[in-house]
Amino acid sequence: MNSRSIKVLSVLGAATLMLAACAAPRPAAQPAEAPKDQPAAPAGGEIKVAILAPLSGPVPTFGVSTRDGALLAIEEWNARGGVNGMKIVPIVEDSQCTPDPAVNAANKVIDQDGVKFIIGEVCSSASIPISEIANAKKVLQISPTSTNPGVTVGSDGAVKPYTFRACFIDPFQGQVAAKFALDTLKVRTAFIMLDQANDYVRGLAEFFEKSFTEGGGQIVGKETYTGKDTDFSAILSKVAEARPDMVYLPDYYNIVNLVTKQAKEKGLTMPFMGGDGWDSSDLDNAAADGGYFTNHYSSEDTRPEVAAFIKAYGAKYEGKVPDALAVLAYDAANILLESIKAAGTADDTDKVRAAMSAINFNGVSGNVTFDANNNPVKSAVVLQVKDGKVVYNSTVNP
Amino acid sequence: MQQASAERPRVSQSRQPAPLSPRASGAGLAWIGRGFLLILAAVVALILARNLLDNPRLFAQIVISGLQLGFVYALIALGYTMVYGIVRLINFAHGDVFMVGSFVSFFAVSRFSLHTWPETAFPGMSPDLSTLIGAISVILLSMVVCAILAVVIERVAYKPLRNAPRITALITAIGVSFFLEFFGALNFVFSPRFIPYQRPFDVYAYYIGGSGIGMVTPSNPAPPDSITFSSIFVIIVITSILMQALLQWLVKRTKMGKAMRASAVDKPTTRLMGVNVDRVISFTFAIGAAFAGLAGVLFAIAYPSIHTQLGILPGLKAFVAAVLGGIGSIPGALVGALIMGQAESLTAGYISTPMRDAVAFTILIVVLLVRPTGIFGEPTGEKA
Repeated sequence: MNSRSIKVLSVLGAATLMLAACAAPRPAAQPAEAPKDQPAAPAGGEIKVAILAPLSGPVPTFGVSTRDGALLAIEEWNARGGVNGMKIVPIVEDSQCTPDPAVNAANKVIDQDGVKFIIGEVCSSASIPISEIANAKKVLQISPTSTNPGVTVGSDGAVKPYTFRACFIDPFQGQVAAKFALDTLKVRTAFIMLDQANDYVRGLAEFFEKSFTEGGGQIVGKETYTGKDTDFSAILSKVAEARPDMVYLPDYYNIVNLVTKQAKEKGLTMPFMGGDGWDSSDLDNAAADGGYFTNHYSSEDTRPEVAAFIKAYGAKYEGKVPDALAVLAYDAANILLESIKAAGTADDTDKVRAAMSAINFNGVSGNVTFDANNNPVKSAVVLQVKDGKVVYNSTVNP
Repeated sequence: MQQASAERPRVSQSRQPAPLSPRASGAGLAWIGRGFLLILAAVVALILARNLLDNPRLFAQIVISGLQLGFVYALIALGYTMVYGIVRLINFAHGDVFMVGSFVSFFAVSRFSLHTWPETAFPGMSPDLSTLIGAISVILLSMVVCAILAVVIERVAYKPLRNAPRITALITAIGVSFFLEFFGALNFVFSPRFIPYQRPFDVYAYYIGGSGIGMVTPSNPAPPDSITFSSIFVIIVITSILMQALLQWLVKRTKMGKAMRASAVDKPTTRLMGVNVDRVISFTFAIGAAFAGLAGVLFAIAYPSIHTQLGILPGLKAFVAAVLGGIGSIPGALVGALIMGQAESLTAGYISTPMRDAVAFTILIVVLLVRPTGIFGEPTGEKA
């Protein structure tokens, strides 16, 4: 082999290595190590509850809020003497909002720690693979915030009996956004931007498009990008060309920050609208100004449950105001523990599952009952980004 | 060409004369490859021409975003090409030095408000001048930190391997790259979050068209027949061209440049001439990294959301640009980067956004197959 082919090979080899490395967010290089609270077991027995949250990866603020919300609920139950006299032991694992690390974390807590109850994941793309493991091993899973329909219903249309969720699903968010756009914003044309590889984004976009066109609106353009993009100017040029009344961008805050900023710099003035992925303390409020998003709850809500929760959360976490992620994780943990209490056992997940299906729980994010697909029936709120702040706009009922 | 390459080691792949028979068949293959490329180029030109006639304004808009990307890539590609020229190492950690550059400026601005120091020190200063000085100080800080980082990396990771097989250093470079990404992702370093970047100065949008030129504001939106561009686009283009010129001057006109060129050609002889080759190599790393730091700040200002894996894709694309332009050649880096920027932007505009990376790396494969020396890669130009 002459030096020419060696060089070409090495360059190619290195490039492939790098490509392979950046194609997937290297799970192996970042072991899922998260803070663990694991005190010695008291005599009355204990219930291990796993919290799988994306503490690193693309959306770590979601993971931290989720963990904090769930831990607060567990702490409150333990302070009241636990569930049926048993102490609750939380096991926190970092599942990175990504399928591979999520599967590893789920296998670890089920096989090594012997956990029978999982709270998580946040992202639909991670919750779906976890749900498959949970259902195969009869572990009860409740996802606080995964809104994709596929989390509780398999691709064959069969309901996954061991997977529940505490939030409403994509069809509802897409529907609410379309309804709000048509009735309140009075827009007639919309442009959709979506990340084709992201289940959550695709779900919202799909149902928005359906409801929007059924309601008499017109989709004037639809463009896809990938979650690793930073430059959206080509797409935004097309948006400027199509001149829609609004742009639907149901992605997470990291993408929303980039897109809305570049849109403002292109002189685009139409409102952007999205889903609960916008809800983050890292959302760039100046760039997203004038935008709207659908969400699970608003801290401006006046119900006593909300006020009590905000107070308890602020007391435990140094004055932080809980976001929707924290609220839903808190509700999810409460629904789970309430169901265990109602079932009277923490060993038989079938009994707990039946208790959960029948629950009527008054949570912080609204009153929750479950439908036949293990999805909660509850209301949604629309929030507006205005003058650098996120403000409550309206509540939409199912 | 062949006699010359037998005497002097070159960047080009034809450093050692190849045996006769593979060379002959290689020539035949090259002919087929060239024909294929010509057809491909014709098809691309046809598609582009049709789109240009269809909607010239959208086309211009897409070309502008391509230029913005291209000039950023050009700054990064310089580092790849200079380092390759002098030590024959593809420094894969370069993209991560670029990332560190954007983080340094982020901390300088958000944590220490470095961009406001002229205002604080001289309250009477005009706001424009103080913004300018503040922004330049932020950029200079990033460049200096990146340069120091690169020199440290070179001393720790590459220098001990200077006489090892080249693949060893290459793998080390990939290791350093991973180290920077994941060390940066630790919570007490940069944290693994996507961080909204606070700019040291505001970016404005302008339009240019039939009705003249003006600033885009909410009360004065761009007229429909105009082209919009932002102030950061102008800044990136001007800075990148200035830096290319500066580097060209440095390499061609200064004593250090002469030493760099000499070291690129023949290190032992250069050493015999009394040149401290190690210092020259460190200097080359430092200059390349300073440009990467500058690019990092400009990139973060243009696309203001940063995270620790920010450098991977721009780094790889700048590497492709360097290969395309002819690795080791400074003008080649600029031309290659501009082509990459356009390829990416036009793909995003006329095919689909998710295809843009595929096209970028297809270019790498085609270049390596058809013309591994790149556009300016003939072993006649001087290497820095």
